[in-house]
This record gives sequence, C-alpha cells and structure tokens, in this order.
Amino acid sequence: MKRSKFIKTTGAATTFTAVGGIGLLSAFQSKPFTKHLTILHTNDVHSHIDPFPENDSKYPDLGGVSRRYSYIQKVKAENPNTLILDAGDSFQGTPYFNFYGGELEFKLMSKMGYHASTIGNHEFDNGIDNIAAQLEYADFDMLNANYDLKNTILYGLVKSHQIYEVDGLTIGVFALGIELDGLVSKDLYKETKYLDPVEIAQEQIKILKQDLNCDIVICLSHLGYSYKSDKIDDLKLAAQTKDIDLIIGGHTHTFLDKPTAIENAEGKIVLVNQVGWAGINVGRIDFYFDDKELKEQKSLVMQV
Amino acid sequence: MRQFLILILISISICSCTKSPTILVKTNGEQVQISDSIEKNKELEDFISPYRERIQEEMSAVLSYTPKAMFKSDAQLNTPLGNMMSDAVLEMANPIFEKRTGHKIDVVILNYGGIRSGINAGEVTTRTAYNIMPFENEVAVAELASEELKALVNYLVKNKVAHPIAGLQITLNAEGLLKEVKVNGEHIQNKSYYVATSDYLIKGGDHMEFFKKSKSVHSLDYKLRNLFIDYFKKKDTIAPKQDNRFTKLEN
Repeated sequence: MKRSKFIKTTGAATTFTAVGGIGLLSAFQSKPFTKHLTILHTNDVHSHIDPFPENDSKYPDLGGVSRRYSYIQKVKAENPNTLILDAGDSFQGTPYFNFYGGELEFKLMSKMGYHASTIGNHEFDNGIDNIAAQLEYADFDMLNANYDLKNTILYGLVKSHQIYEVDGLTIGVFALGIELDGLVSKDLYKETKYLDPVEIAQEQIKILKQDLNCDIVICLSHLGYSYKSDKIDDLKLAAQTKDIDLIIGGHTHTFLDKPTAIENAEGKIVLVNQVGWAGINVGRIDFYFDDKELKEQKSLVMQV
Repeated sequence: MRQFLILILISISICSCTKSPTILVKTNGEQVQISDSIEKNKELEDFISPYRERIQEEMSAVLSYTPKAMFKSDAQLNTPLGNMMSDAVLEMANPIFEKRTGHKIDVVILNYGGIRSGINAGEVTTRTAYNIMPFENEVAVAELASEELKALVNYLVKNKVAHPIAGLQITLNAEGLLKEVKVNGEHIQNKSYYVATSDYLIKGGDHMEFFKKSKSVHSLDYKLRNLFIDYFKKKDTIAPKQDNRFTKLEN
C-alpha cells in the first residue's frame, strides 16, 4: 500500500525558497507566505445528495452535492493545495440510502475528490458487510484508529491513518469513532471492538508527529462535539492530548459559527470544528506557513 | 578545485533533502453555506439524475388518502398519527405472529422519537412511509411477564409522552398519577403478555429497560416501513383519531 499521496508537485516558487535564504525570499514580497494549505470538510451529510426542498421550514433550498462540488472546484482553482475530508455518517437519512445502500454517497464523494472519511455510527445501518461492499466505490481513504477490526470483514480495508504530501508539507490524518454499544446493535457491527479514543489518539499522534514528522496532524472524529457527562468528546480530546492541530468533528450535528480554539495539554491551541449536518455547510480551514528563519519576526496568528 | 565543487554539491543536496524548514504562522477558519448562490455542477447533476428519477418514480406511487394533515405534536399522550402507526403494527403484524407462534399480540409500543415526520393532507405515497420511518428497523414481539408490563406502563406514566401504543388503556388522575390501566379491557393478570415493538427499542433504545427482561423475543423479519406501506395499500382512506387509550383526567 502506498504510504503517501502527492496531491501536487512542488511549484517553482516554493522550490526556490526551499534552497534559498532570507535574501532571496525578500524578493517575493507579493507572496507573503511560503506555503498555504486549505482544508475543506463536511460531517453527517446523511445521504443529503439533493438540497432540502424549497418549502423546508428549517433549511429551505440549502445543501446539495452538485453545489458543494462547484464550491470545492472554486477553492481548488484558487489553491490546489487543498485536502477534502469528511467526519463520518455520510449514510442514512434520505431514500438514496434506502435504495442504493450508500453506493451513490461514496461514488459522489469520490467524484468530488474527497481524500478521506471515517466510520460514523450510521455507516453500520445496513451492517458492517455493507460498509465493506460500498467501499468498492470509494476512491478515498476510509480511516479509523480506535475500532479493532481484526475479526471483521473490514480488516485491511480501513486504515488507522494516512499521510498526504501537499506542496512539500506532510499532513497526517487519523480518525476516531464513537462507542457503538447502545448506539448500534451488535448484529450490525459484529466483532468490531471499541478502543479508548484518548489512548489511541496518543499512539497515533506519536506515529504521525515523532516517527513520520508531520507538519500538521488532523483528527477526523465521530465522537461528538461536547457532552456534559464524562463521555469523551472533541473538546475533551483536544484538552487531554498534544500535537493535534485540528479536530474535524461530527455526530452531534453541531453548528459552529467558527472553529473552537482549545488549549491542549501543552498549552498550545487546537482547533475543533464541526459544520452542522446534511451538507448545509462546508468548513474551510486555511493554514499558512513561512520559512523557519522568518518565524522570529512573526507570531502565530489565528483568525478563527 | 574539484574538492570545492563536490563540497558545494553536497551542501545543496543536504539543504534540499532536509525536511522543509517551514513553520505554521497563521490559521484562518470559516464556514461556507451551500446555498442557491452557488451554481450546480452539471456533470454531477447528470450523474445523479438516473438515480433520482428511479427513486421519484417509486416514491410517488399513491397508496392511500388522508383528508387531514397529522403531526406527532397534534395532542398530548395520544395522537392520531401515533395511533395510526401502533394500530397498523397490531393489524399487520398480529396475523403473522399468530400464525407462527399460536399467540396473539396483546400490546404495541413504538417510540415518539421514532416518528420522523408528519403526514400532509391528500395523497399518501410510498414517500410518506419513508418520511415517517426512514430507518430499517423491524417488528419484534417480546414476551413480557406481568411485572415487566407494569414497568412499561410506569414508563409511559412517568414520561407522559405520546409514544404510539395499542392494546392499552391508561388513565391518569388530575395529578398525573396512574388511576387505572387495562389491557384490552382487562386488568393486568399474572401471565405472559406479547408486546410488539421495534427491534431498536428491544435492544435498549429510548431506555425501555423492561425489554431487557423479556422472557423471549420473536423477530418477524418485517421492516416497519414495509409494514406501513402494506397498511396504506390496504386502506382507501387513513383517518385516525385521538382516543382514550392514554388520557389524563381534568380537575
């Protein structure tokens, strides 16, 4: 299996700055940042392939994949260094799922150029065998690190993490799923074993940050944004770990005006984002990088 | 001279092979609404269209008719929509269950949260069944001891939510406490009762804990949505009413 995927070969200007020093860089005042990574993301689309009806009381005429694809294309035209990610529950919610079992959802995500998604609880609605069957139509990576799938049909079809090389940057993406017991019946998830998300996250972060030297670590999470109880959620995960830059969440269908900035175990900022559900919104996070030498002159700016 | 050249080459190659010395300096986050201000991508629309047409063809098949719109929020404790659903389960599932086991379904309980939409006045179509029941849940019949049936009644009394029920008549006093409960006109006796419900509730959905103590569970292998479709096909007109199956006395 290929460990890394190149979504764009390095452009001329950036190759230049990689070899050159500050003196050379200063000639590029019009290009204020050395590198620019864009993340587009969705969660809990729930088979909403068409927009809501025009007479819908809550979301009239919002969403729809063919509009989402136009937006994705527009962003990619502006910045080819774009990763497209989804945080699970692309299945269940309209007759498209009842009729086609998730085939169309995965085919469309592939056509739109998604890089990765994760397993939400509703992915199990037609059974774990159906997830395996539909993955045949997925040209993107299906990620999950905290379901032990060893004794299931999904073994070998789902990866714990994936590395994406974007404009010379190494982006590590891993994914976490919610506890299935009580949420999905056992006859659907079968021998899937749920493992502690925080422990697994720490393992994954070590691999991605220390062993593989990722510039950015992203967690796709279907744990849910926030619970009052002890139940693990994205905000708790962000606070209890280190070296995650961005958590793209799902499950709770949470609408956020802007990403939530949380202090991690080291006092650094982690962004947690979620964009409601049904493809009504697309989240967009832009990361800007400069050469290390230039860093002394700038402090990290977060516009969130 | 030669040595010098090699030295330069090495230093360049080290420089270009080391990991990019870049560092994150700025982050920006925003949410973009997908509205009609964004044009639809034609290639994707064309790809979806045969799937969409096939669904629309089947979904728009007219099965029945209702003179009046109904919503799960129409009334307290029992509603026309909920009553129609639980009565449909009793009417359609009982013959199957009786044929297979020799027993009759005494009681039906579904959950209020499981009613996923209302029904508009006019034609009732296959789409109506998908709207009220988008999930793939199946009918299951649990054999409950009388103690567990009483727990089921207490669950309803405590929650005071219009969960669809059939076969039960529950009366609350003005304070909201249980005044009287009957199963098909009789007081609860010390025997087994057969309660039809959804497999989702049997497996612990909506905290219906009494199902965990079921003496046995019989799956009918019959999806609730298909049951509603069959029920609509059987009826020319659907006109359910609120009735006295779950009521609270006034002062």
